[in-house]
Amino acid sequence: MNRDYSLSSEIVQSLQDFSEKNRPESYLIPALQMVQESYGFLSREHLDEVALLLRVPYAKVTGVASFYHFFNFKPSGENEIVICTGTACHVRGAGAVLDRFLEELQVKLEQPTEDGRFSVTDARCVGACAQAPVVIIGEKVYSKVTPDDVPEILSEYGFEADS
Amino acid sequence: MAQLLNGESIQSIDGKARIFVCMGGGCVSSGAEEILKLLTQKIRRLETAVELEILGEQVNFDSDSAHPSGCDGFCDQGPLIRIDPPGLIYTRVTPEDVDQIVEMTVKQGQVIEELCYHDPEGKVYELDEELPFYCNQKKLALASCGRINPESFSDYRRLGGYQALEKVLTEMSPEDVWREIRVSGLRGRGGAGFPTGLKWKHCYEQQADQKYIIANCDEGDPGAFMDRNLMEGDPYRIIEGMIIGAYATGASQGYVYIRIEYPLAIKRVKKTIAKLREKGYLGKNILDSGFAFDLSIRRGAGAFVCGEETALIHSVEGRRGMPRPRPPYPTVSGLWGKPTVINNVETFANIPTIISRGADWFASIGPKTSPGTKVFALAGDVVNTGLVEIPMGITLKEVVEEIGGGVAGGKKLKAVQTGGPAGGCIPAEELDIKIDFDSLAVKGSIMGSGGMIVLDEDTCMVDLAKYFIQFSRDESCGKCTPCREGNTRLLEILERITRGAGKENDIYLLRRLAEVQQQTSLCGLGKSAPNPVLSTLDYFEDEYKKHIFDRECPAGACRYLVTYEIDEEACIGCGACKRVCPVDCISGASRKPHLIDQETCIKCGQCYEVCNFAAVRR
Repeated sequence: MNRDYSLSSEIVQSLQDFSEKNRPESYLIPALQMVQESYGFLSREHLDEVALLLRVPYAKVTGVASFYHFFNFKPSGENEIVICTGTACHVRGAGAVLDRFLEELQVKLEQPTEDGRFSVTDARCVGACAQAPVVIIGEKVYSKVTPDDVPEILSEYGFEADS
Repeated sequence: MAQLLNGESIQSIDGKARIFVCMGGGCVSSGAEEILKLLTQKIRRLETAVELEILGEQVNFDSDSAHPSGCDGFCDQGPLIRIDPPGLIYTRVTPEDVDQIVEMTVKQGQVIEELCYHDPEGKVYELDEELPFYCNQKKLALASCGRINPESFSDYRRLGGYQALEKVLTEMSPEDVWREIRVSGLRGRGGAGFPTGLKWKHCYEQQADQKYIIANCDEGDPGAFMDRNLMEGDPYRIIEGMIIGAYATGASQGYVYIRIEYPLAIKRVKKTIAKLREKGYLGKNILDSGFAFDLSIRRGAGAFVCGEETALIHSVEGRRGMPRPRPPYPTVSGLWGKPTVINNVETFANIPTIISRGADWFASIGPKTSPGTKVFALAGDVVNTGLVEIPMGITLKEVVEEIGGGVAGGKKLKAVQTGGPAGGCIPAEELDIKIDFDSLAVKGSIMGSGGMIVLDEDTCMVDLAKYFIQFSRDESCGKCTPCREGNTRLLEILERITRGAGKENDIYLLRRLAEVQQQTSLCGLGKSAPNPVLSTLDYFEDEYKKHIFDRECPAGACRYLVTYEIDEEACIGCGACKRVCPVDCISGASRKPHLIDQETCIKCGQCYEVCNFAAVRR
């Protein structure tokens, strides 16, 4: 992931392409998605640049960005642990799994660990209900997770509990 | 060969057998990718074609026989391998099994019994047509899902794909098309059940220089994965349905609005659109008919309310996804003020079949007012979780017991939740009701887009209502007061009930508030959000009362209301509970009954889970 927070020339180019299309404001969401996907979050500077390049007021950019869950305004951990809290996962015990991750990592939801290596977030249904409860880290999907699986899953990413 | 369009079961795509590895979300998460890789390597090495008999059926394999498929539905038993023909299903396949499958089944025609599905009594099922999970279904929208390589245009073509579109463009006027759909009685599969043909007619009748058509694949219901699997498993069918819809309504531009959480579906649709442009099925002059239509993808950004059509339109326009009052309906004034038709993915998936088989045939399936089939995502506490398609009019009981195999873990069925956050719970004693738009509504639930969550006795209905209200509170766009404030207050009341601080008139308050919110909210989200509260109150009011007056949670799910106690008679003093207790509140000498200090206990339930002698009671 790119940790330099100014927009790359490729993204600037794509945003300029958007601005030349018919109804450029309708590309605001795709533009924000592109930025979020390359940087992992939207900084104030990102939003500013998007506003300038698409020629959409800054207030509108932040209004749209803050409306949709997909966008976040703080960087997440290197390994973002996503716990599905859809209905199937909920009735199959996703809450306890989520609590266990927070407990093991000693963090709050969406707050990265001090070393920035992990963060925990909950997700709306990811559509893998038959495997509930589901946890996703990067591209890997863990199915039928129980709280007791949590330390082992974390150890795959090099996490060792202190005690 | 138009098997796919006839709604008949597929035998062979091109006279050759195919070995499909299911690449649905469930199978992939249990290791299907590795299996496909190994299998493809092995099959590529077949030097000569193999011709043999499997279960009495003549089958040919060659070095090209291994294929990925979309979701086959039987997610609980994944990773799945299907050999078509004869329809042989292997379940819970591991990479180590691949050698044996190639050596025994592909080279010698032998069925490997251990890999076949075994029911709880140990009975072995080899073929899909015998398996209870499959044989009680009727697949129209899903006819080729799991039985076709979703990225292969030629496979879909060979099965009769795009014949419906060709028929429409050469033999039918736009009016003929929407009339046909109207006669078929098809109702929108997104949940509300509006007649599709009528919606198309309304759009067709508008005079405008530009019209739009949108596929709603913003499947936001938690507990639902129908649209995802349709898009991943058979994208060519959905786009065919869309092009036909565009022709019938006069739309020249379409959008596929997909959740960003479904990257594979997005990738597949992108490829599908590119291929169709190349083949002349999308573009300025489709199949030389003079009809022009093109498609773009818009990715959702995680807002449940965007499933509502006016909110979805705002989102495509690049705005906050907030609904607006209707009328005017989008068919009159939609995207950028132009007439716009929005249909659910599953609705489009039915179109090619209706055009090919005819409206009367479709109308003859299921009840008169809700003909056809419905896809459900069966999940929760049920044995066979997965994706199922059933003819309308069969009972909920048949789905849960025959297709779903009953409740998992020998527990008792408590209720079935349909319709997600907008739906309700049908209690176990009402399961004889028929599945169609009208019957479910009578019982206080809705058909919804197809989430079906089976709940066992350990589910607390108050907690479930709280879960859904929490969801709706988070997803409320905040535009209208009844929904913004209503959900917040409903949640406050439910919070205090589940924390053991419920007040005497809370049930009255919940009902009153819920009813006002239903009547006064602006859009479907706000109007239907109280449904889970009302339906659980209707059927499980006693459970609410237990929480409020006795400070008890009968299901043992509400943490604050549970007490854990050790039964002195049953406890053998093994110390297992003492060791797991995170706050050291369990005392007792070895081999003597233990005791939980209720003051310190944090009610984590670990002692309950770990006790092998059922001595910890809650």
